[in-house]
Amino acid sequence: MASIFDRMKKVRWDHYIDYILIAVFALVLTVLSMTGNLKNSSAIIVEKIAISMILAVSLSLVVGFLGELSLGHAGFMCVGAYIGGKLSIALVAAMGNTVFAVIISMLVGGLCAAACGFLVGLPALRLKGDYLAIVTLAFGEIVKVIFQQSATFGGNLGLGTPRYDKRSFFIIELITVIITLAAVQNLIRSKHGRAITAIRDNEIAAKATGINVTGYKLAAFMISSFFAGVAGVLFSFSNSTIQATKFGYNYSIEILVIIVLGGMGSLRGSLISAALITLLNEKLRTILTGDLAVMKDLVYAVVLIAVVIYNNAPALKSFRDKYNLRRVFDKIRNPKQDHAFVRDDDAAWDRVPTKIKMDELLSVDIVPGNEFTPDKPSKGGQ
Amino acid sequence: MKIIEIIISGLNIGVIYAMIALGYTMVYGIAKLLNFAHGDIIMVGGYAICVFCAMSGSRTFFFVSIVAAVIICTVLGIVVERVAYRPLRGATPIAVLITAIGISYLLQSLAQIIFGSAQRYVTVPDLGKIMIGSLGIKWSTIITLAASVIVMVSLSLFVKYSRIGRAMIAVSEDRGASQLMGINVNIIITITFAIGSALAALAGLFYLLQSPYITNTFGAMPGIKAFTAAVIGGIGSIPGAMIGSLVLGLIESICDTIVPIAPYKDAIEFSILIIILLVKPTGLLGKVRREKV
Amino acid sequence: MSEYVLQTNNLGISFGGLKAVQNVNLAIKEHQIYGLIGPNGAGKTTIFNLLTGVYMPTYGDFSLCGESLVGLSQEKINHHGIARTFQNIRLFNNMTVVRNVMVGLAHQPEYKCDLLSSILHLPRHRKTEYAMRERAKEILKIFDLYDERNAIACNLPYGKQRKLEIARALATKPKLILLDEPAAGMNPNETAELMDTIRFIRDSFNVTVLLIEHDMKFVSGLCDELTVLNFGTVLAQGKTDEVLKNPEVIKAYIGG
Repeated sequence: MASIFDRMKKVRWDHYIDYILIAVFALVLTVLSMTGNLKNSSAIIVEKIAISMILAVSLSLVVGFLGELSLGHAGFMCVGAYIGGKLSIALVAAMGNTVFAVIISMLVGGLCAAACGFLVGLPALRLKGDYLAIVTLAFGEIVKVIFQQSATFGGNLGLGTPRYDKRSFFIIELITVIITLAAVQNLIRSKHGRAITAIRDNEIAAKATGINVTGYKLAAFMISSFFAGVAGVLFSFSNSTIQATKFGYNYSIEILVIIVLGGMGSLRGSLISAALITLLNEKLRTILTGDLAVMKDLVYAVVLIAVVIYNNAPALKSFRDKYNLRRVFDKIRNPKQDHAFVRDDDAAWDRVPTKIKMDELLSVDIVPGNEFTPDKPSKGGQ
Repeated sequence: MKIIEIIISGLNIGVIYAMIALGYTMVYGIAKLLNFAHGDIIMVGGYAICVFCAMSGSRTFFFVSIVAAVIICTVLGIVVERVAYRPLRGATPIAVLITAIGISYLLQSLAQIIFGSAQRYVTVPDLGKIMIGSLGIKWSTIITLAASVIVMVSLSLFVKYSRIGRAMIAVSEDRGASQLMGINVNIIITITFAIGSALAALAGLFYLLQSPYITNTFGAMPGIKAFTAAVIGGIGSIPGAMIGSLVLGLIESICDTIVPIAPYKDAIEFSILIIILLVKPTGLLGKVRREKV
Repeated sequence: MSEYVLQTNNLGISFGGLKAVQNVNLAIKEHQIYGLIGPNGAGKTTIFNLLTGVYMPTYGDFSLCGESLVGLSQEKINHHGIARTFQNIRLFNNMTVVRNVMVGLAHQPEYKCDLLSSILHLPRHRKTEYAMRERAKEILKIFDLYDERNAIACNLPYGKQRKLEIARALATKPKLILLDEPAAGMNPNETAELMDTIRFIRDSFNVTVLLIEHDMKFVSGLCDELTVLNFGTVLAQGKTDEVLKNPEVIKAYIGG
């Protein structure tokens, strides 16, 4: 018994809290839905929130961690939605509207989007910053026009797709959110993730340190667009028609805004802001009708400008440092810690229950008699 | 004859894009930021003309409305720079970009609150056509072309030979060094925004001369297209913006005349952008800036 | 295997007709600390950029342990065994100190772990991650950075940032390490300590060192051999004390 408790104590809960919260949320909703207490409108809002979360997490990988600005994320979603939607029509006809149809469509739609991500990633190898941003924007618009005009995909009228059962689809979506989050989070916390962040921090140094910048950029673009494609497929299953105009530049910007407001490079922030903004959007849409609906956009715009200026203006830096929420929390939890230091993050690895012989892993032969002392470089060399 | 018509309409679209693209490219070159709200300044200019034209109707008043639109946009440009971009000088580019997007939303929703979401007709005077042989050219087209050529030439001369213009070049080369040389960078950036916004107002006018309808998203697509044009030409370069815009305008008018590919017009233009960037990553006339190692 | 770790053969580059560097012949023996000195603008950093693949040489070639590396990409050159630091420090500023070093370790075969097993957090991933972290800590101990291992790199004081950059370069397990003005901006005490550190890493990591430096005390106290550059060409070459007595060199430095 005690050992279980010990193990429980050793688990880094802050690594898993996001998954747990989403899972609990999903569970509660499932119970509500099974007992018939969940309104259809609420279920639909949850579906939308889940899609926003997947999009935010996947875009975060490229913008927050790789540091490349992408203005065409909705384009990848569009590819996933149309290809997955088209496939789902056939699948549903063949095997019924089941989870398997959803999963197969998700995989295929995601892979097609990833292939597009590869194509967009290619110019990324030569282009930088703003130029890359315009290429991603252009890609999004091209995809939109092609699907809008193509007769196979329904043309201007849009593509009619099978709608999954409203009462249970959000479960599939929330599970997908967890999978997406786990994949991106694990990637970020691995050596590959470090390489990606290194490219963001200093590309020249990254190259000189032996990082395959080309490969990692492509990989990040592909993984990000894979999940955007998955989100697109989910979108097609939660709507009875999909129209290309939905996936324009404005939608890409909306996702970008979500991750900027959530804090760049913070997946948890992206999740929270995806949930809040989507919820707010939906709620305001029902409250403010007619001409008042515009007020929503106005407030949105003002808040956006205010938040970005507050978070980024060099003049406000000292103010921010003083009243930073995270810092305040840290102070309460651990008042003595110097906050220039992050929490001891090797703790996670100290507790890995594998036995590794360090001598075999040490790659450098230390000359006998010259083992280093922990605190000072030895005087005078050998 | 058909070919000449295509070329003229292409040039017409091209110079309008050029007016907008110049604003993008100058602001990018000097303030190093992508002013995504630039397209919406066109919209504001358009509404200004719309309001002033509706107030009178006489042709002389039309010219007053042009001046008014230019002034309003100039002031707006300066205000936007002051309020939204100046506090962020020195912040990460993406933060500035998001603010620009916020300004764009703000202007669009304000316009919708004031003018409603329905399309509005703007009573610009109909100037008629001139016939050269069998070729009919609208007077508005001729005015657009002539006015833009004058504006572009004088802008080029201004940048090249005036004190302020040279200061602009200096700031775009090295902001810190030019500050040390006694150039007031803030004023130069303000002037750049003012010029860009004034040009946007003119672009709005030329658009309305082509088709006199306006909505609150009037500036969005021309804005993106002009931005594309600026990138094709090499963003930051003034002649580049002009060439890129003319290229884009001609492609657009060619696509418009070939029926089967007309719906794919936007896709074709953006594909050409990608191809050009792949071949020449800094656009046609853009300078290669190597990061010093 | 040739007896030289690094050998350049008439290495040169021109930018738009201007010959920035020409006819540079370096021959650096194993275990040497080799100095590259010269007035500002002499082309020292350009040579570093040529050797690390930032620039393609216009003329000549260079080889590491007899293997020509001309035309390889920067990361490939690093994998072959040339690591460097930069004149203006280039750290991964938003990452912790220990992670900076772990980035350097990443491509080594013993820490191999493919993308998929990382995404799925397979045991292999945990093992390599653990091993890399331990190795990174060892390296940090050598550089007296162990206590700061969880600090964000940009918060370190200047001298420690320089050390961290060297640590990161060493983590890539190079045969040859290029140090671009390692003592710039350091006070005499720190410089003396750095000299010890450089000797120590040469011995314990078994690397050859090529460094650029303006501090003559540093150079004369540390380097076995020197090459003096002026206007992109070699002015003098040879044993440190001989070179520093060379009247040509004194003239180039003092002017005249």
